[in-house]
Amino acid sequence: MNEHSNPAAAEDRRGSGKSGSRSLWSGVLFGIGCMAFVDEVVFHQLLHWHHFYDLSTSGAGLVSDGLLHAFSWFASVASLFMLADLRRKRSLLVPRWIGGLLTGAGFFQLYDGIVHHKLMQIHQIRYGVDLTAYDWSWNIAGAVLLLAGIVLTIRSGREQSRLKGDGSSRE
Amino acid sequence: MVLPVNSLRIESYVRLAHAHGSMENVQGSFGGIAEWTAPLLLAVPLMAAYLLAAALTGRRYRRWPPLRSSLWCMGVLLSSAAVLGPLAAAAHGSFTAHMLGHLLLGMLGPLLIVLSAPVTLLLRSLPRESARLLTGLLRSRLAAWLSHPVTAALLNVGGLWLLYATDLYAAMHHFAALNALVHVHVFAAGWLFTASVFPVDPAPHRTGMRFRAAVMIAAFAAHGILGKFLYANPPAGTLPEDARSGAQLMYYGGDAVDLLLIILFCRRWYRSAGREIPASGSDLPKKERTASVRKSAKRGIHS
Repeated sequence: MNEHSNPAAAEDRRGSGKSGSRSLWSGVLFGIGCMAFVDEVVFHQLLHWHHFYDLSTSGAGLVSDGLLHAFSWFASVASLFMLADLRRKRSLLVPRWIGGLLTGAGFFQLYDGIVHHKLMQIHQIRYGVDLTAYDWSWNIAGAVLLLAGIVLTIRSGREQSRLKGDGSSRE
Repeated sequence: MVLPVNSLRIESYVRLAHAHGSMENVQGSFGGIAEWTAPLLLAVPLMAAYLLAAALTGRRYRRWPPLRSSLWCMGVLLSSAAVLGPLAAAAHGSFTAHMLGHLLLGMLGPLLIVLSAPVTLLLRSLPRESARLLTGLLRSRLAAWLSHPVTAALLNVGGLWLLYATDLYAAMHHFAALNALVHVHVFAAGWLFTASVFPVDPAPHRTGMRFRAAVMIAAFAAHGILGKFLYANPPAGTLPEDARSGAQLMYYGGDAVDLLLIILFCRRWYRSAGREIPASGSDLPKKERTASVRKSAKRGIHS
């Protein structure tokens, strides 16, 4: 029995079924986890721009930061196991996964840049400098990632429905 | 209980000032081999009991996996190192040393012990009647309530908040009985929490995987938030410098143990998802599929 004799599997491979959304979610979670990791390694540990805690944080800020940190820690591991599972089942859709990756990374960057840095003032990008340029480049980078991710995701979805239209006359 | 909290605090500061540069003191006292016999006095009987049970029951049942035995030994050694001996002594003067002890006693030790499946071994070792009694106990409503992930997480991380965000931490260094009680609680709650989100022993009241993942994330977050809170608000009787390094150890060390638990949790999901492969949409050859199913069944938890 190969996948072509199984309509459900064939549909799945084109991303309209479970594995399409699984590829997307695995990508989104990995994007979030990846960006959190980059944030920790580059800005906290290597550059020492970010502070562990700058002592001016509100309670709500601490909670939001803690939840996002724990979530992204979990997400980075879970998304890689999901990726391995998709590959094992040969139902990974790479464009959808990459679309998800960029969307997740952009979302994290923007959330961190706008909600954490600006609204909640958990910590700033860097201390003792004029923040304007830093904030703008941080958030523009996030927005570009997010937009690219959304565009890629939509395009991969369209491609799949086009393929599906070629393959069968349904819908 | 009315605590002379203020005088307690001052006393602790004086004590700390004497033990200035507490981590240096810790390193100084780590040298003596003789001092490490204290934790061994606690650990060796526990290790011997486990190994004996494994060997004896191995005659009647399947051979007990040596990996589980070594996990038990490591877990017991690390946990007892936090309670007795040089590290425990250093924890009296240094918050950082105390936090290292907490990571061992409340997180890494319990994780290793959960992985060693001691309740399963106990069930194998007990006479039939007592084993039935124990199973009944595990099935009871009280056990269901206690082993619920939310209860376990509250007892575990909630207990830590209570310990460090109140004067309990300072009081603990003044009353030996309270000190012992706190250690027992930290260990028991750590075990309970780990077993509730990642059960290896029989868990008749197991909750769903997504639910457990959500509780894990919330509990990890509460642990990390406490770390940051302590960075800014040193527990009574702790010097700010010491509190900061201890808080960071709590945050990053906690992340490291959490990572182990997350990997184990996800690997278990990955294996169970693998068992479903033959159901639909797989192009693995049939032979390979059945082989993988057989293998994972063989690798069952209660072997």
